Amino acid sequence: MMIKLFLGLEWKSFVRSASFGKSLGIKILLGFLAIYFMAVFLIMGIALFPALKKIFPDEDPFLMVNGFLFYWILGDLLMRFFFQKLPVMHVKPLLVLPIKRHKIVNYVLGKSVVSFFNFLPFFAIIPFGVTLILNDYPLYSVVFWMLALALTVFVINFFNFIVENYLAEKELSFLPMVLLVGLFFAMDYFDIVSFRAFVSKAYLTIYDQPYYNLVLVVVLMALYILNGKLLTEKLFLDSGLKSEIKEVRTSNLNWTKNFGGIAPFMQMDLKLIWRNKRSKSSVWIVLMGLLYGLFFYPNPRFQDLTSFYVFVGVFSTGIFLINFGQFIPAWDSSYYKLLMSQNIKYKQYLESKFTLMALSVVILFVLGIPYIYFGWKVLLAHFAAAIYNVGVNSHVILYGGSFNRKKIDLSQKAAFNYQGTGAVQWLIGIPLMLLPMGIFALFNALIGFEIASLVLIISGIVGIVFHEKLMQHITRRYLNSKYKMIDAFGQDN
Amino acid sequence: MISTSNLSKVYNGNTVLNIETLDIPKGQSFGLVGNNGAGKTTYFSLLLDLIQPSSGHIVSNTIQVNKSEDWKPFTTAFIDESFLIGYLTPEEYFYFIGELRGQNRADVNKVLDRFEDLFHGEILNKKKYLRDLSKGNQKKVGIAAALIGQPEVIVLDEPFANLDPTTQIRLKAILKDLAQKQGVTILISSHDLLHVTDVCERIVVLHKGEIIKDLITNEATLKELEAHFANQSLG
Repeated sequence: MMIKLFLGLEWKSFVRSASFGKSLGIKILLGFLAIYFMAVFLIMGIALFPALKKIFPDEDPFLMVNGFLFYWILGDLLMRFFFQKLPVMHVKPLLVLPIKRHKIVNYVLGKSVVSFFNFLPFFAIIPFGVTLILNDYPLYSVVFWMLALALTVFVINFFNFIVENYLAEKELSFLPMVLLVGLFFAMDYFDIVSFRAFVSKAYLTIYDQPYYNLVLVVVLMALYILNGKLLTEKLFLDSGLKSEIKEVRTSNLNWTKNFGGIAPFMQMDLKLIWRNKRSKSSVWIVLMGLLYGLFFYPNPRFQDLTSFYVFVGVFSTGIFLINFGQFIPAWDSSYYKLLMSQNIKYKQYLESKFTLMALSVVILFVLGIPYIYFGWKVLLAHFAAAIYNVGVNSHVILYGGSFNRKKIDLSQKAAFNYQGTGAVQWLIGIPLMLLPMGIFALFNALIGFEIASLVLIISGIVGIVFHEKLMQHITRRYLNSKYKMIDAFGQDN
Repeated sequence: MISTSNLSKVYNGNTVLNIETLDIPKGQSFGLVGNNGAGKTTYFSLLLDLIQPSSGHIVSNTIQVNKSEDWKPFTTAFIDESFLIGYLTPEEYFYFIGELRGQNRADVNKVLDRFEDLFHGEILNKKKYLRDLSKGNQKKVGIAAALIGQPEVIVLDEPFANLDPTTQIRLKAILKDLAQKQGVTILISSHDLLHVTDVCERIVVLHKGEIIKDLITNEATLKELEAHFANQSLG
């Protein structure tokens, strides 16, 4: 009864959300991904036994699979940590209604069981189990071995939530998890402690003596109860539901005064980036982008693919531009009405964003100068890419922002959140990176490396020269869509 | 100062506001009352050019608000929490607004001085972000910020709601002072008839988007308004 009610609430919140159309599109995309993974697992489950038999005719495929289970557990744990979040519902309005707290908790935990991550392994486990039985492994033992795997899936499920509960709020929360998993893997890999053998032994023991499954059942129950306790604690307004208030450290950012009229906006943008979880994560992504070239340049295979230099150059000098720029003006969506009724010139507001992006490109280029180690061509390509970023891409992304109609809730964390830093955002980056790469490749093939770089630099300079004109045009676009933006940013979801 | 002519706003065939003519002279403290859905916030949003009129226009100090942005330098407003920037501290917010309005820190501090006892030591120098303040304190910040920059027009939507009694009384004194001594045009909306008759020289009653009463405040006004709204609930 209660569950029916809860499910009804969730359905409504999904269907009635203002961005229903958009989130539906993403859900469909995710649906296709899900079907893809299910198919992969299914094929794996069916083909695993015959394939192993064929490749290693002398070994018992069943034993080999058991030896592999340790990696599966580690991998599953890591995947879940990044992608599976405890399902949330808007619990606050329910607290004062006559609903027992443990019912809410049980519902939330129960719902987590229905996660895709829990179903996926069965697409491999069941067909593999069936092939085992068909190949004359004892039916009784195989069934209980499969049961053990099933229990393991749910143990991982609930273990993950406990880990997340402790780590999620911290800065760089994924580091301890990655280190821990890495440590386990390394200890096993270098034969310090053979977890692989241990895990394999454990499951084989269950295979031989099915009643050991009880151990897993007990572990599962213990984890469930612990989760329940942690969640119940959070169900009070003053603990989990209320966000922690940290004391504020303020800095005066006086150096921005050099930028004159746009200084107040720049100060605000810097504070925006640093003080909100969503935007702060883009700072870490910048570090990642800066080091991106190290994936390519040491590899001799890329040595002759000079067009790739430009690609890496646009990416590593423009990562902040792409990351931050594409959510202009949505970053300011929660107080957009204020900005629109204040005594500001729209142009200054946009100019501040432009300056910030241009600065980031310059800084990232300077930080990337050590890439000269891989040859002067790399640095020249990066330089051309940086100029192109400042002159062309920055304007393009500002222009694109005038089509932005989706509010960003700054206080939310970015993990697998399509609003802020999901995979979807890179789609916008693709034309920004591929176009200069294409131009460069064309001139490189026709004339030569130096001329191709020069073409990029010139197109960047043209953009910078016509900056004023372009900004006027962009500002007009923003002014034209002002009412639509105010309306869209006023809606929740 | 502010003149409205043939103004209407229609949503999907529903007329939510329809004002033939409304003139508010300079220095008037003007109150807008009406039940929920009467069109108070809609009128203010139109005045601040946050939504587009379906017909007609508002002219503020000879500037038609939906044609030019030149009304912004002399107009300030606090409508709701979406006027606050959650990740700033109150001081940063005040100075930011001040900077946008060409005021230096000393100017801003002068405005804040008037709010010192109103803030009750809970707002300044607390090292808290606006998003972490209580609703009432957020409102105080928003209203205080609307007084920064020597505006000629101040628009406040429901300024008394959510405030404690002491603050309500002090705020009324500040608003009266602004209108009487400094010639500021103040537009407020309220559900609280007592407060609004206390502060405003003139009160307009909106019902389903239309002006149905336009009163100059005197001793009898409160009684008249109370009688009006009591009857409206019956019929």
